[in-house]
Amino acid sequence: MAEFLQFLISGLTVGAVYALVALGFTLIYNASGVVNFAQGEFVMLGGMVTVFVSAAGVPLPLAAVIAIGVAVAIGLLLHRFAIEPARGASAVTLIIITIGASILLRGLAAIVFDKQFHKLPAFTGDTPVDVLGAAVQPQSFWVLGGTAVVVLALYVFLEHTITGKAVLATAANRLAARLVGINTTTIMALAFGGSAAIGAIAGILVTPITLTSYDVGTLLALKGFAAAMLGGMGNPLGAVVGGLLLGLLEAFGAGYISSTYKDAFAFVVILIVLFAAPQGLFGRRVVERV
Amino acid sequence: MNSKTALKSLLVASVMSFGFAQGALAQNTVKIGSVLSVTGPSSFLGEPEDKTLRLYVDKINAAGGVAGKKIELVIYDDGGDANKARTFATRLIEDDEVIAMVGGTTTGSTMAMIPVFEEAQVPFISLAGAIEVIDPVRKFVFKTPHTDKMACEKIFEDLKKRNLTKIGLISGTDGFGASMRAQCVKVAPNYGMEILSDESYGPRDSDMTAQLTKIKNTAGVQAVVNPGFGQGPAIVTRNYAQLGMTNIPFYQSHGVASKSFIDLAGAAAEGVRLPAAALLVGDKLPESDPQKKVVTEYKQAYEGATKQSVSTFGGHAYDGLFILVEAMKRANSTDPKKIRDEIEKTKGFVGTGGIVNMSPTDHLGLDLSAFRMLEIKGGDWNLVASGS
Repeated sequence: MAEFLQFLISGLTVGAVYALVALGFTLIYNASGVVNFAQGEFVMLGGMVTVFVSAAGVPLPLAAVIAIGVAVAIGLLLHRFAIEPARGASAVTLIIITIGASILLRGLAAIVFDKQFHKLPAFTGDTPVDVLGAAVQPQSFWVLGGTAVVVLALYVFLEHTITGKAVLATAANRLAARLVGINTTTIMALAFGGSAAIGAIAGILVTPITLTSYDVGTLLALKGFAAAMLGGMGNPLGAVVGGLLLGLLEAFGAGYISSTYKDAFAFVVILIVLFAAPQGLFGRRVVERV
Repeated sequence: MNSKTALKSLLVASVMSFGFAQGALAQNTVKIGSVLSVTGPSSFLGEPEDKTLRLYVDKINAAGGVAGKKIELVIYDDGGDANKARTFATRLIEDDEVIAMVGGTTTGSTMAMIPVFEEAQVPFISLAGAIEVIDPVRKFVFKTPHTDKMACEKIFEDLKKRNLTKIGLISGTDGFGASMRAQCVKVAPNYGMEILSDESYGPRDSDMTAQLTKIKNTAGVQAVVNPGFGQGPAIVTRNYAQLGMTNIPFYQSHGVASKSFIDLAGAAAEGVRLPAAALLVGDKLPESDPQKKVVTEYKQAYEGATKQSVSTFGGHAYDGLFILVEAMKRANSTDPKKIRDEIEKTKGFVGTGGIVNMSPTDHLGLDLSAFRMLEIKGGDWNLVASGS
């Protein structure tokens, strides 16, 4: 039982990070139809900027706010100077632009910061908490709690504010949204800024556990993308469920089956799900109208 | 755009090498080549190697060069790409006509370059870790870093002294971790070690509690060994403490032998043991230690010139360069074949990595005494007295 709980919490913690990355994918995908492969770099920026700003003597909470600010600014710049000028291009072209942006951001981070690994102190100490026999780092609760807050805030924003509804309207039908007077360019900028902020928050929450370096974004983007596909691209609930599920699959795969094949195990399950339900667990079936 | 910049830098490089070539004609110089991974994923290895070579070649030249000749260093950056490394190797041989090479940051790029140097019959001192580089012995290929097999043996030797024979392995699936794991499994029976649990993790994984829980719940595990590299072992160490496993002795490899490991793992690193080169504990070595002088001098010179803390990787480049320089002095010739013969005759060379005694059957020349068993105490390395 203790073993099961240990795997469960380990899986949920890692899964929560995947979920946040997947949420970032979802937000931008909804507003623009673009899969933003620079999403992992936002996570990296969140962690790295916090590390370096706090190393310069700024208190941690303020450093975290600055890091989120930097990530949002870069998200907006990415939209303004890379995505917006190419708005007539096909989704595939835009996706390739985001891949380019991710390589650029990674390279810049290697020069501006350095190539070493860095850590942040855990927010509330390192003493493991005993949960029915499973040893849990206090930071895991921060990650889980932080993810819950972000998901809740996003839900309230999308469902209960006019701007949020404008995002949903843009997602549903961009042309129609523009016809009813929604400035879809602003909405897209908002989506990029918002998903950069979510990515940065994920990076800050998780750095005390996972450490960070200039190139942590690549793998997180891949895992987050897999999580988003599993849950159904474009569905925020799906992103969260997909992320948590992927984390759990990895932890239980490593714990009960074989650590050598844990990634393979997770991806085989994803493949099976996608064979059975190509639109993902919560995805809308896309109907092409002719 | 990428290919354009590449073309540009190629142009600049060729113009520059042209300039150098003319300079070389004017002076009495010999050319030593190097291909290093100064950028890319292995840059943390290649960068200190690059800085070390430049620093010491300048020093040697300022002191009058080798046997009256100045050394001209030709360094190319393969960016961690074995294909590029091979291209640069060919260029070193055909265009630059180097008399010897000290380089090859990774095992991958070294293996790709070996055929070029073997065919051209030019000595090649590699800075790569794996044992494949010198086993089987190739006539013109040497190396300076310890092998992962030696690290396993050193750990097992220490375990045996502590009467611990049943171990759990948790290794990274990256090249370093996988290779060392294989070597450990191979030499374990020689030391009477029994591997009860054999787990692995991806080089980018951020949580290893699942694997460690499995080891923890395996009955009879007396010690855990973690062959790995980069940030993975730091996370394993933190998870190890998180799960309250610190009553079981825990061994890391020489792959994490840098100060940043202690920083990253924090308090969890207390009590962890690992084999490492003398360079890390230069200030803690007794005065009588033969390596004391060379490691403290190298540390001072490197840290003074680069303002970065010393790493064993730069030390490998130092050893390679000076093994070559000594051989050149003895050969008193710039003939690559004569230099090769002298490198093979290297005896009692005191380097940062250990005392090198090469032979026709051993192109590494280090024994287990090259490794020191360290224990992390109070956030710093401490030498484990032999027998404890």
